[in-house]
Formats: sequence, C-alpha cells, structure tokens
Amino acid sequence: MTTDAGSTTPLRILIADDNQTDRMILNAILTRQGHEVIMAEDGAQAVDTFERQQPQMVLLDVLMPNMDGLEAARRIKAAAGEDLVPIIFLTSLSDAESLASCLEVGGDDFLSKPYNRVILRAKISAFQRMRDLHQSLQQERDRTDQRNRQMMREQALARRVFDNIADRGCLGADNIRFEASPMSIFNGDVLFASPKPSGGMHLFVGDFTGHGLPAAIGALPMSEIFYGMTAKGFAVSDILREMNRKLRNILPTGFFCCAAMVDLNLRSGHAEVWNGGLPTAWILRHDGSQDELRSRHLPLGILSAERFSAACERHSLALGEHMLLATDGVIESSSVDGTMFGEERAVAAINQRSGPQGGFECLREAVHRFGEGVVSEDDITILDVAMVPESALSTVEHEVLPDTGAGPEQWRLQYDLEDRTLAQFNPIPLLLHVCMDVPGLRLCSGDVYTIIAELFTNALEHGVLRLPSGLKDSPSGFSRYYSERERLLGQLDRGWVSIGLAHQPHDDGAGGTLLVTVADSGPGFDPGETASSLDHERLSGRGIALVQTLCHDVRWNHTGNCVEAEYIWRAG
Amino acid sequence: MSEHQHIDHDALAELRDVMEDEFVILVNTFLQDADDRLEQLRAGAASEDAEEVRKMAHSFKGSCINIGAPELADRCRTAEQRGRDGDLSDIDACISAIEAELGAVRQALAHFRNQ
Repeated sequence: MTTDAGSTTPLRILIADDNQTDRMILNAILTRQGHEVIMAEDGAQAVDTFERQQPQMVLLDVLMPNMDGLEAARRIKAAAGEDLVPIIFLTSLSDAESLASCLEVGGDDFLSKPYNRVILRAKISAFQRMRDLHQSLQQERDRTDQRNRQMMREQALARRVFDNIADRGCLGADNIRFEASPMSIFNGDVLFASPKPSGGMHLFVGDFTGHGLPAAIGALPMSEIFYGMTAKGFAVSDILREMNRKLRNILPTGFFCCAAMVDLNLRSGHAEVWNGGLPTAWILRHDGSQDELRSRHLPLGILSAERFSAACERHSLALGEHMLLATDGVIESSSVDGTMFGEERAVAAINQRSGPQGGFECLREAVHRFGEGVVSEDDITILDVAMVPESALSTVEHEVLPDTGAGPEQWRLQYDLEDRTLAQFNPIPLLLHVCMDVPGLRLCSGDVYTIIAELFTNALEHGVLRLPSGLKDSPSGFSRYYSERERLLGQLDRGWVSIGLAHQPHDDGAGGTLLVTVADSGPGFDPGETASSLDHERLSGRGIALVQTLCHDVRWNHTGNCVEAEYIWRAG
Repeated sequence: MSEHQHIDHDALAELRDVMEDEFVILVNTFLQDADDRLEQLRAGAASEDAEEVRKMAHSFKGSCINIGAPELADRCRTAEQRGRDGDLSDIDACISAIEAELGAVRQALAHFRNQ
C-alpha cells in the first residue's frame, strides 16, 4: 500500500456512511493520505463512535438509517463542546435548502460525489489550519485564565500574609471609625492605628502611588515600622523619619506614599499632625466650624534623610471633637459622567453634619451617592477619630509581643546624655527596650514608659532647659511652651541628664522592683511644690503626679535635681 | 448502447489508482450491494412506500456516481424523484430500466476489471 500523505499532520477521522462502497473509497483515500480512519454505518453509530474515540474530524453522510446525518451532526457538535471538530457532509444533495440545513446543524463544508482525493485533501488541510489556530487560541485563553486565577490566589494569599503581619492594631477602638475596602492594600491605601505605651494612640493613613504589587510591597515595611516603633515608645517624628528612609530605599523612583500621621494624646487633649501629600484633613469642632489640616510636606519616600522634615502641627481637641482624614480616592472619585467629586463637594458634605461625630457618615454617604454606578478605580479610605477621655479606651488591647521568658532579671545600668546629644537624641525607646527584656515586665510597658518618659522630660525641660511649668496652664501657653522648648533645645550646648535603671526580681518570682533614677545638670527645684500638683486638675505637673500614682515611692534629693522612683510590679 | 456510455473509464482508472489491490473487492462489493438495493427498491415499490423508494434510490445513486456509472446514477435519480413526488405510477418501469442498465454496467465492469 502506498501513501501520499503529503504535508498534512495525520488526523483521526470518522467516516459515517451507510453505503459500503462509499466508505471503502473514502477509507482508501484518507488512509493513503496518512490519516487514521474509523468508520460508522449509521447516525447512531457515528455519535457513539465519536464519543468513544474522539476523532478530530468527521465525514458525515446526510441520509442514513438510525438517525440521519443532520441529527448526528447536532449531537457531535454538542459532544465536542468548545473543541473545533470540523464536520464535512458527504452529499449528492444539490438543492439549496438541503445544503442550508446541513450548515444550520453545524456542518462546516460539503464533499460531493464522486469523491475526489485532491479536493478532499485540500479541504482537510484547510480545516487543519483552522483547528490549529483554534487550538492555539484556546491554549492562549486557558493560559490567561490560569494566570488570572493564580494572580487572584496570590493576592488573597498576600492579603492573608499582610493581615498576619500587620494586625489591625486598635482600629477597632471605640473612638475610631473607618471606611476601607478589604482589598484596598492592592490599590495602595494603608490604614494603621496603634495604642502608645504611654497612652493615647498613633494613627496613619497612607496612599501609595500606583497600584498592585509596588503598593503592596511598600505597605509591609510601613506597617512593621509603624506598629513596631509605636510599641517601643518612639515619637511620631522618629517613626516618620524611619518610614521615609525605608521607602526611599526600597521604592523605585517615581513611587512614593502620600501620608498623614497623627499622635493623639488623650491625656493632654492634643493631636500632633503631619500631612505629606494627602488631601486636606479636618478637625470638626463643637461650634460647627472646622480647622483644615493641609499638607505641609512632600510625601514619604521622596526626600533624603537630611532634607526630610518630620515637623508636626499641634492642635488641641476638646472631648467629643473629631478628626477626619481621607485619601485622594475620595476627592478623585468620579460620577457616571466622569465628573470628579472634588474638595468643594467634600467640604459641602461634611457641612451637612449635625455634630462633630456626623462628618464621617456625611462624607461617606456623599461619596458613595456621587459614585453610584461607577466601578471605582482608586480606593476610598476615610478615617475618623474622636478625642475621648483616656478611661473610655480601657478596652483597647495593647499589642503584647511574645515574651521569650529568658531575659535578664537582675541588672542595673547608668545612661548619661550630654551636651548636643541631649538636644538631639531621644533615649526613651532604647531604655524601654532594655526594660522590656525583663520576663513579664512587657505587660506593664505603659507604666514603665510613663515613668521613664516623664522623669526624663522633667529633667530635660525643667532641669536643664529651665522651662517654667506654669506656662502650660492655658492652651495658648501650651503652644508657647513648646516653641520655647524647641528654641532652647536648638541653643543647648552644655548640660547633662543621667538615667539609672535597676531591676530586682521578687523572691516569689512573680514580678519585681524597677528603680528609676534621673539626675540633671540643672539647679533643681522645690520638690514639694511639684508634688502638690497632684491635688489640682492642672495640665502642668500631670506627668509627675501620674508617676507618683504608678510608683510605690518617688523621692527627690534636697536640691531637687535628682529623683528616684520605685516601681513595684507583679506578674499576671 | 455502447460500453463506453455505461461506465466512466477515467473515473474508474482514478479509482483503481486510489484503491490499488482493493479495487476488485470494491467492484465486487458494488455489484453485490447493487443487487441488494434493487431488491429493496422492488420491495418499496410493492408496498407503495414512496419515502422508502426515495431513500433507496438516493443511496444507490450515490454509489453509482462514485463508482463511475453515470447512466445508472441517472436512472436512480429518476426513481428518487418519483419517490420524492410520491408518484409511483411508473415506478416498475423505472426499476426495470435500472435493472437493465445494471446488467450492462456489470458486463462493462467485468471487462474493465479484466483489462
């Protein structure tokens, strides 16, 4: 037997014809062209054979017993699904209507009798090209589908990883409300809130340029820096500087993070606000007015460490007053006809509020109403935080990092800061870190932070800088106090503060005593006067009064420039 | 009628080329098949089943075209048309004409096969 296979790839071809001589001729032609031939004698057999042997092409007689060719073609096309299985009708039919019905049931072509091998071969190669094209399109589509599914899986996974790394901090606190879509991290928005060891909280709203992976990658270190440094007692400015440094290192040029950070001090009723590139935020006052918190800085990740400024604005908030922050997804969200929401509409929306607490709902509803019917491209993140008495937040769980239980229990250290270093360096996170290594003491980090921070601040501000505490009696004096402090720190070139820490475990192993000694180069003051401020509900001296309530004993030397506080803690 | 009109020599030469060793089997199969179909045509005519006559004649016609027997195919086409029209009044004459032509084709094929 000779073959004239030519250039076509061999196919498995089903021939369905009730006429034996016709089958023999087709079989001979196709076999010699190199194809594998399977045969059926009627329509029912053709469908059955097709399903069992999956031929790649079908030659079908129209008139056959046991189901005609039209019905067989319909079933074969249905069974083939999305695979392209060409059906060529074998016919001596010539009227247009009969030919049309062959095409209607899914027939792809006709072969008329007498069969001609050249024509048949040409038809088969044409269909083979079509099949190949169809197949590569299908494969391409399947690959794209698979890639999409994989991307969605990876995003979900990344989201889970992110959630594990960045716990939600105190976003669930009673004084916080926020709007953020669950996948917003992949649209570049981040929202963090964490209680500070000294009380109060840090809040962070960020909006990375770009979407997807670069934004998500930047969010991870942001979260780590924010939660880690806040828990360790770092100030807003330290945290911002570190975030800026980190982002500048990891993000490619042109990528940055518009952000606002707030240090909410519940005890003094103040908020320190830093806004770098976010839309104007607002403080909503009781009298219905609002203060604007405009962006004063470039976004994070642009400026070098030397040129970066972490200077914050200080605002006082009365109890029940709110602060409202949003990413530019709010301002830039568009309506169905493409109009942008804009700052004017945002202000108009919050002006509909009936009290400081109503601004959030007003803004949220206005943005959603405005963008109805639009699939939003940028994500909308809105954060609302209220000034509340510290006692109202007792339910907020401090993040307690796992205790290795292997740290030192009995130790003492002396840490002296002198001259310019005293003006430039904040030793509190470092000292707190040392204390937190004591097994079990982590649970009291708030107390330890407050004691060390207040005693150090007193030594620096009242001792070395000789700032009169009476200045802080009025709200206007409060800000004068802080500007005076900045001025004096800038000039400081001589002076020292010496901090001593000593820890002694209790005999029963449940807790211990931390002795904090702070001395300074200042002339001292009358300790009696300071101690009496516990009796007043005055702003000044609150810190020392608090130290006195936390500690078993607080003693000054007779000149008032050395204080010793004894803190007794018990585990569990 | 001359032998040349009963069978298409070019078509048959092409078929012999395609079928090679199986050409003889093909011809024998065709002739055997033709006898059966003639039988079925008669049965359809006897029971006055026009649809059966149409189908049988159509199928018979198809194999005649393929084997290269144009005159026989033409006579089948006439019978098929009668079946389609539902007019079996002269169907016996049509079948007799097919039978006569089949005899001639058989002889011509035997001659061709032995060449």
